[in-house]
Amino acid sequence: MGSQGGFGQSKEFLDLVKSIGESRSKAEEDRIVLREIETLRRRITEPDIPKRKMKEYIIRLVYIEMLGHDASFGYIHAVKMTHDDSLLLKRTGYLAVTLFLNEDHDLIILIVNTIQKDLKSDNFLVVCAALNAVCKLINDETIPAVLQQVVELLYHPKEAVRKKAVMALHRFYQRSPSSVTHLVTNFRKKLCDNDPGVMGATLCPLFDLIMIDVNSHKDLVGSFVSILKQVAERRLPKSYDYHQTPAPFIQIKLLKILALLGSGDKQSSEQMYTIIGDIMRRSDTTSNIGNAILYECICCVSSIHPSPKLFGAAADAIAKLLKSDVHNLRYMGIDALGRLIRINPEVAEQHQLAVIDCLEDPDDTLKRKTFELLYKMTKSSNVEVIVDRMIEYMISINDNHYKTEIASRCVELAEQFAPSNRWFIQTMNKVFQHAGDLVNPKVAHNLMRLIAEGFGEDDDTADSQLRSSAVESYLRIMGEPKLPSTFLQVICWVLGEYGTADGKYSASYIGGKLCDVAEAHSSDDTVKAYAVTALMKVCSYEKAAGRKLDMLSECQSLIESLSASHSTDLQQRAYELKAIISLDGIAMENIMPLDASCEDIEVIDKSLSFLNSYVQKSLEEGAKPYLTEHERSRTRNISNFRNHDHHDASTHSLRFEAYEVPKPVISARLPPTASLTELAAVREQSYQREVHRSPSVGSLSDKGSQELRLRLDGVQKKWGRPTYSSAASPSTSDSESHTVNGTGKGKSFEPSSRRQPEVEIPEEKQKLAASLFGGTTSKSEKKQSGGGIKGSKATRSTADQTRATTAVVHPPVDLLDFGEPSGAASGSSSTVDPFKQLEGLVDTNQYSNVSKDPDLLSLYSDAASTSGQNQNQETGNLSHGSGNRTTKGPNLKDALGKDALVRQMGVTPATQNPNLFKDLLG
Amino acid sequence: MIRAVIVMNDQGKPRLVKFYEHQPVEKQQEIIRSIYGVLCSRAENVSNFVQADSTFGPDTRLVYKTFATLYFIVIFDDSENELAILDLMQVFVETLDKCFSNVCELDIVFNFNKVHTILDEIILGGQVIEMSSSEVVKAVDGISWLEKNPNSIIRVPKSISGWQGR
Repeated sequence: MGSQGGFGQSKEFLDLVKSIGESRSKAEEDRIVLREIETLRRRITEPDIPKRKMKEYIIRLVYIEMLGHDASFGYIHAVKMTHDDSLLLKRTGYLAVTLFLNEDHDLIILIVNTIQKDLKSDNFLVVCAALNAVCKLINDETIPAVLQQVVELLYHPKEAVRKKAVMALHRFYQRSPSSVTHLVTNFRKKLCDNDPGVMGATLCPLFDLIMIDVNSHKDLVGSFVSILKQVAERRLPKSYDYHQTPAPFIQIKLLKILALLGSGDKQSSEQMYTIIGDIMRRSDTTSNIGNAILYECICCVSSIHPSPKLFGAAADAIAKLLKSDVHNLRYMGIDALGRLIRINPEVAEQHQLAVIDCLEDPDDTLKRKTFELLYKMTKSSNVEVIVDRMIEYMISINDNHYKTEIASRCVELAEQFAPSNRWFIQTMNKVFQHAGDLVNPKVAHNLMRLIAEGFGEDDDTADSQLRSSAVESYLRIMGEPKLPSTFLQVICWVLGEYGTADGKYSASYIGGKLCDVAEAHSSDDTVKAYAVTALMKVCSYEKAAGRKLDMLSECQSLIESLSASHSTDLQQRAYELKAIISLDGIAMENIMPLDASCEDIEVIDKSLSFLNSYVQKSLEEGAKPYLTEHERSRTRNISNFRNHDHHDASTHSLRFEAYEVPKPVISARLPPTASLTELAAVREQSYQREVHRSPSVGSLSDKGSQELRLRLDGVQKKWGRPTYSSAASPSTSDSESHTVNGTGKGKSFEPSSRRQPEVEIPEEKQKLAASLFGGTTSKSEKKQSGGGIKGSKATRSTADQTRATTAVVHPPVDLLDFGEPSGAASGSSSTVDPFKQLEGLVDTNQYSNVSKDPDLLSLYSDAASTSGQNQNQETGNLSHGSGNRTTKGPNLKDALGKDALVRQMGVTPATQNPNLFKDLLG
Repeated sequence: MIRAVIVMNDQGKPRLVKFYEHQPVEKQQEIIRSIYGVLCSRAENVSNFVQADSTFGPDTRLVYKTFATLYFIVIFDDSENELAILDLMQVFVETLDKCFSNVCELDIVFNFNKVHTILDEIILGGQVIEMSSSEVVKAVDGISWLEKNPNSIIRVPKSISGWQGR
């Protein structure tokens, strides 16, 4: 196996590799490879090729396929080679087929027989080769053919075979869990195998099994803990050590498994505390692998039931990782911090500067990881800084995949924590402008809906301010080139709905702008459709308001051209527009009611509410109400209810009293869940304006609950009352969380007291730190306060549905005495923006907080130099260990190791190591 | 699990490609190209990790390490540990070095079937099965010895035979 000359391959192959290595361009390389393919195609079919030659052909086939060329003409020869008796050829054959074929390839069927034979071989190396192939080539159809043999091999005397058989069975489980479910107990048995390697291999399938079903493996906690203890206490043979660390991969797998088993389980977790603590204490933080285990411990600590002691140890470990100079370790530190803050967000605070350093690091991976961390620790007090940073970064990158992800995160955070509507809209504008085509179209709809509905607070002026600011920002932005289609759709829609609402812009001005959009994006039918519809809205509002409509000539020509459009959708819109414009103002008002977008977006009035009065009349005249089939079957239950009301004990016996008027039945047909009714009521007060416009639709649910209270005492407790109590809840929960925020801010003084001397930190960084790590409010509180927005949104959509289902049923006549919905007063009570009130408070105490921060840099340099030394020592040992092997030529291995180490430590050698690889080509 | 192990040189030429979930040839080339693009753009003294979720799905990472003219790359999902994989690569390279005595790029090019053998002893079906380079060397030596002496199975030393003992 000499490396000098020959390489055990023929001259031809050597020349091929050399010429490919020397080729200047991709085209030249392709030419060489194609020639090679021709040669092989010809030679491989010749009769009586010596086996040795054939083996080389197969290897050359693998090589050209690795370079990206099709070698399928030779697959069959590789398959044939697996049949050979010689181990060398057989292994080559197996290697080639595992690389060439996927498990569903037609040729596999020709190999299964060979595999079966080889699994029975006397030679364990043949068995191993077959097992390797099994791992790659067997699919769920062929599993039964080899399953029995593989299971038998689990008890083979050779540990290498047992290990591979475990992996093969694991692979079967991944491919087709159903075919091996009856065999998973084998994994448990193999956990007790007397070879640690087999035991370690068994952890892989067990990890998968536990991931799927934790509870059925709880009994193994004790075993895993004792195995981990034995490994950590160096009870395994020395050969399992890696750089003085005992069996690191087994430790890591076990820690991962324990993390799964201990999650949310106090009792199991308590069994693990001691050993995890021991490992963390003992871990060797100077070596890579020691830190790997330490990191795994932190993950485990943050996943299992919290223990204060371990939490402290984990926090200290993270501090060390973050202070490291090595990027890899800082990356792990950031990741670990992201896990630990789930238990206690305060832990992030002491690392603020380290986090900011990572955020500003040139290393992209580290930056992304840090953004992930920031995303996890976002709260209403720092959302602005974080989202601004994210958007900044989003603009700077080209990777569409990550751009999409970060855009959707921005949107999510903005929706959840937005401090003000204006900021929200500005943020969304930025996101749309720079990543518009990448964000989910749903986001656009959410934005439209938000603008239409406001933030759920019952404040019309704020809502209309929001709208006019949106309109203004869109008028400013829409002139810019290359806006994404989705964003243009939003712009058109908002301009159509609210362009003229505040009277600042005239209908013709908005109309002109809309025409510009439609013309500038003539290839985008969706945008044009949005523009035309918006134009229609603008025109009809204008006319409904009684003003004279003067259409710009460009609008006219646009409509004309669209009426002849190839798209039937556009045509129809254009014709509709023409038809509507010719109507009079009153009809217009009915067709296009001002600001009725909430109904427009999603709700088609499936309930046919315009028939309500007719239905009501019929009902009053004694007609039976319509019941759907589902409801009809439920009527029986309802009559039971009623019997209870009447204190009628014999529910199943015949009834003799007369039937009642149908009304109670109707009201009982309210949606059966309490939540829907509540939601309907919430909507009720927030949007009373709409309610006034269409009373027959809007306040029905309220009416329904009233009805319930009057008629059905038993049912009312379930459905009726809570409507009122819950109606006020969004506002109260908001104010509650704000007070919590307030106290949280106060607390942030305490953790800032530090013993270290004060040092200078760039002011910009301090500011950033202050804005990122301000209050100490926990995530759960944040969610609560942020939930206001989301919650009300969800409320609305369900409310719409509720209304749709109840609309037909309720008699609208009674509504007239109802007056203002009672919830309205309480809903409008909190109109002051609480975030604003807090702003001043936050800033001042955060600055004071930061100024006391210690000099982390000095610590860094210390830590770095010591760790560097240690690593050097370690390589010293290493090269010493391998040094007694005789080597020919200069000791390149040391050079290789050194180079590797240097790179691993993140230091770039000034020059290429001259000793290294000097026998490379030429 | 580990999704793929790739060795390529600093020109982007693949030297060893092993996917543990089968990928069609074109897709393999696309992946190699995109990885090469990413690795080229990375500065010298930064971390060895790259997020790979755009090619391999959510939560996949890529760990790479340069040894002279070669990039060693391992792609894996969140059931592995980045730092540990980094050391696994070290084991792989140490093993190569022991098997080829002073490994160089050409060794890997011309003997990539042997490199595959070595890799198969370390990683099987996407899971790490051996972390000790001396154990791997022992196993690989056993295989090559038997390959060279196909008829001498009876004389195989104890460490290699065993099946008969049953």
